[in-house]
Amino acid sequence: MIEDLILAKYNYWIYVTLMMIGFYAVIAKNNLVKKVIGLNIFSTAIFLFYISIGDVIGGTEPIYIHGEDVVYVNPIPHVLILTGIVVSVSITAVALALIIKIYEEFGTIEEDQILELQS
Amino acid sequence: MIFDNAPALVVIFPLIAAVAVPFIGYYNKRLIPYFVTLITFCSLIFSISNLRTVMQTGSISYTMGGWEPPFGIEYAIDYLNGFVSIVVIFIIFIVSIYAKKSVEQELPGRTINFYTVFLLLTAGLQGLIVTGDLFNIYVFLEISSIAAYALISVGKSRDALMASMNYLIIGTVSASFILLGIGYLYMVTGTLNMADLADRLPLAFDERPKVVLAAFAFFLVGFSIKVGLFPLHTWMPDAYSLAPSAVSAMLASTFTKVAAYVMIRVMFTIFKPDFIISTVHAHTILAWLAAIAIIAGSVLAIAQTDFKRMLAYSSVSQIGYIILGVALMNQIAMTGGIIHIMNHGIMKAALFMVAGAIIYKTGIRNINDFKGLGKTMPYTSAAFTLVALSMIGIPPTVGFVSKWYLALGAIEAGMWVFVGVIMLSSLLNIVYFWRVFENMYFYRAEGGKVDEVPLSMLLPILILAALTFLLGVLALYPLKEIMAPMVQIILPG
Amino acid sequence: METIITIKPLLAVLIPLICAVMIIFSSKHPNIRDGWSVAAGAVLFLTVLSMLPDILAGSVIQFTVIEMLPNLPIKFKVDAFGELFALTSSFLWIFTTFYSIGYMRSLKEHAQTRYFFCFAIAIVGAIGIAFSANLFTLFLFYEVLTVSTYPLVIHNETPEAMSGGRKYLLYLMTAGIFLFFSVAAVYYYTGTTDFAFNGILDGHGIPVVMLKILFITFMIGSAKAAFMPLHSWLPSAMVAPTPVSALLHAVAVVKAGVFTATRVILYVFGVDLMGETGIGLMMAYFVCFTIIVASIYALTHDNLKKRLAYSTVSQLSYIVLGVSMLTPDGITGGMLHIPYHAFMKITLFMCAGAIIVTAKMENISEMNGIGRKMPITMLAFTVGALGMVGVPPVAGFVSKWFLLLGSVEMNQLPILLVLLASAMLNVGYFFPVIYVAFFKKPEKELNFGEASPFLLVPLTLTAIISLILGIWPDAPYLFLELVNVAVQNVTTGGI
Repeated sequence: MIEDLILAKYNYWIYVTLMMIGFYAVIAKNNLVKKVIGLNIFSTAIFLFYISIGDVIGGTEPIYIHGEDVVYVNPIPHVLILTGIVVSVSITAVALALIIKIYEEFGTIEEDQILELQS
Repeated sequence: MIFDNAPALVVIFPLIAAVAVPFIGYYNKRLIPYFVTLITFCSLIFSISNLRTVMQTGSISYTMGGWEPPFGIEYAIDYLNGFVSIVVIFIIFIVSIYAKKSVEQELPGRTINFYTVFLLLTAGLQGLIVTGDLFNIYVFLEISSIAAYALISVGKSRDALMASMNYLIIGTVSASFILLGIGYLYMVTGTLNMADLADRLPLAFDERPKVVLAAFAFFLVGFSIKVGLFPLHTWMPDAYSLAPSAVSAMLASTFTKVAAYVMIRVMFTIFKPDFIISTVHAHTILAWLAAIAIIAGSVLAIAQTDFKRMLAYSSVSQIGYIILGVALMNQIAMTGGIIHIMNHGIMKAALFMVAGAIIYKTGIRNINDFKGLGKTMPYTSAAFTLVALSMIGIPPTVGFVSKWYLALGAIEAGMWVFVGVIMLSSLLNIVYFWRVFENMYFYRAEGGKVDEVPLSMLLPILILAALTFLLGVLALYPLKEIMAPMVQIILPG
Repeated sequence: METIITIKPLLAVLIPLICAVMIIFSSKHPNIRDGWSVAAGAVLFLTVLSMLPDILAGSVIQFTVIEMLPNLPIKFKVDAFGELFALTSSFLWIFTTFYSIGYMRSLKEHAQTRYFFCFAIAIVGAIGIAFSANLFTLFLFYEVLTVSTYPLVIHNETPEAMSGGRKYLLYLMTAGIFLFFSVAAVYYYTGTTDFAFNGILDGHGIPVVMLKILFITFMIGSAKAAFMPLHSWLPSAMVAPTPVSALLHAVAVVKAGVFTATRVILYVFGVDLMGETGIGLMMAYFVCFTIIVASIYALTHDNLKKRLAYSTVSQLSYIVLGVSMLTPDGITGGMLHIPYHAFMKITLFMCAGAIIVTAKMENISEMNGIGRKMPITMLAFTVGALGMVGVPPVAGFVSKWFLLLGSVEMNQLPILLVLLASAMLNVGYFFPVIYVAFFKKPEKELNFGEASPFLLVPLTLTAIISLILGIWPDAPYLFLELVNVAVQNVTTGGI
């Protein structure tokens, strides 16, 4: 029972745990850079989830070879996640650029201090 | 010939143009605004051609690179997204005319950057609308979101940076939710094509109901954030009120509307009305949330003294109308909700343009300082009056058309309380718009020489204001020819 | 019944609209600007008048402008009742225009262009309401009337005017919202909003409770008629310049409310349904309350315009009382009171305005002996006041006579008593004014004379017309003949 729930589905547990760690950082951290790190953990967890669902037990890399009849892992989630990573990187770039600007304007990247400055 | 590829061109045209802007800027900076206007105009033509094709020959399925769906990426256009596409690109076209002077003043020296991102946003929004592939929705959502974050952050005040940052964090979380929802659906169906998904979903639901329900919940929350549905609207007031004028006008009138469209698409094309009504009862929750949004948005709008902020809160309330129309689950209300996508887009674009015009000329944002504007900016004020009356719902403007259908739909659904909500919100609309009228027209102010904004800013305002009236009077044609078949497809009954 | 299709009703609405546009364009030349109002008034009246013979012959005139939403056209239909209202307001517009010109110029008021512009738009609203063929069109012009009269109410832009204006707007816009709901509900149940002579709600299987709720929302919707719990906008609106009070708050706006209420009672619910469900009787007693209480309120006010305003509140309910009696005589009395009250009350208001402009007095207690300095004005006032009480041979007698007949016809003694008591109260609040003006000695030297001819001529004329209407009510082409056609339409279902 427990094995079914926990061990057999360990990939989901890992992704959920990671996601929650990221989510916690986004909500609770005061430092904007830490928030962005949290966001990254959050999306990486989802990427891991995608990759894990594409796996097939006993499957090999999805390269088509003539005459051989083998089981491949599903390549589509991997491809999707390549796109996802690009998106995530872009977002991180924009976020970091924003943080630099914020630091220039406010002199701090702590959210509570910025809120005070905003009045 | 070129129109055969119109479904792809509405996306690719602005995308390539976005890349071309820096090169043109290198050659001659002053050409850029005209170039952008031209590009958006061409996209508008393509969009119209798409809808015409849909009306003549039925839904379009355009395959990318010759890969047949469900394996390749498909652009699928029917009445719904054909219509939304025209609305969105039309507003962007109008905004692009308006943006020229406004950007010159607010973002001097950054024309190239602004227009590049502007076109990226356009491409992202159009992609979101025309695509028939679920993962593509995520990608385009993020393309347009990133563009939006960038555009908001260049607002004049330094607070705009924080507004953009907050929006970025909330927006990314919501996009991640959507991505997760897509993953769940892919897990149980093995497909990403929306039409194919819709076919396979009932079987998948029988086998693994919990996964499908979880996916639905993720979509609902994710899109609610993107739409700005109360109480997930918190990013909206800051973002809209602190962005540059042209950006406010564009985002407020297109982005949330497109998100609402995608929400409708996912709820009704993929999950189907039956699933929503009998399995998850999401419509009840959504309808109540929408009702709360309508009232809360209006009340919060009353509390504002900053004109743009007031408009932003008004948007929160108007989004409620759209969602309410969708969530009442009958054809009349659905018509009201979807036509409100167009109506509110036009009205809000016009209102934010008015706000921008006032800031352009006088730098005033506080409503209490609007005294005497009726004399110094007569045309802008007159346009504002017309649009605000439409927001209140005075016939024969477009605002009345939406309210009429929503009220009828609420009666049809037997939900009288929502009729009350619509009535109350009209009253609240009067309260917050009337303050502006009073200040514009009815306090004797010294000076009073006419000092209007340049024609390229005034004309877009006037066109949109005229449209609020004309589209109201001539509402029958779109209702009969476009809305009726569209609603029949989304919500057969 | 013959239906004539001509563009005349649309023209009637367009004439003041074009006039309004022209006023804006000629804002730099006061004489030309005011000339537009006069010319439009004359042309409008002739246009409305030209429809009268056909209406009296029993035809209706119809014109569809555009179908805005499915089965929801903007459409005009002129029947006897609409013609009655249109005739009254267009005719009195001419007088008020002259009076306005005199009033505004002698007080050197600011923003005169805005004033005349909004006035013309208000007339668009009034004529539109009169000629609308369905609830939707009526609702449209109802809102036009609300929005366009707001700038007139707050014309002075003093804090007092602004707060009065807000109250005005809040009440009437709320009314508009309720009307919107009612129209939507009627459309939902019946699939149409076109008025019919025997009502449109009958035979759709609507539960009685729903009908009653709908009736109540309709009556809240016609708050322009100033029924008692919803009346307080009218006294507040008295901060407006007097010509506005005269035309709009004695004729156009309040009569639009009464007109709407009547349309709803007779042409949406219909005589039969009102009788069967007992809503008619309920309404009759409800407005009796307004008649009495408003008269008592009037007694307590020293400000002449406020007193007139409360008198209006009370008199408007006469009209609705007559209509909700649902008997031929009652309806005749009620409908007849629309023009009759209009002529008398506009006379009274113009007198009040003339006193304000010439003698700078607003309170009755200050007016000692002004009758000696302004004899014609106060004589006209006396005629109007007598009419309000119902003394023959002034017009008010005729309509009240029909109302009394109606109450006898329906065997309701309490209503008869209410009518009599109200007449006594009218005596109570009008005669002190006359007494003070003519018989009290002035406290100090009064150094003014009669008002300027611009003010004097219109008010004299309306007083004389009030007399003529009372002496010779059944003259051809006058209101009684029109009302008879309307009553016949309603009671026979238009056959």
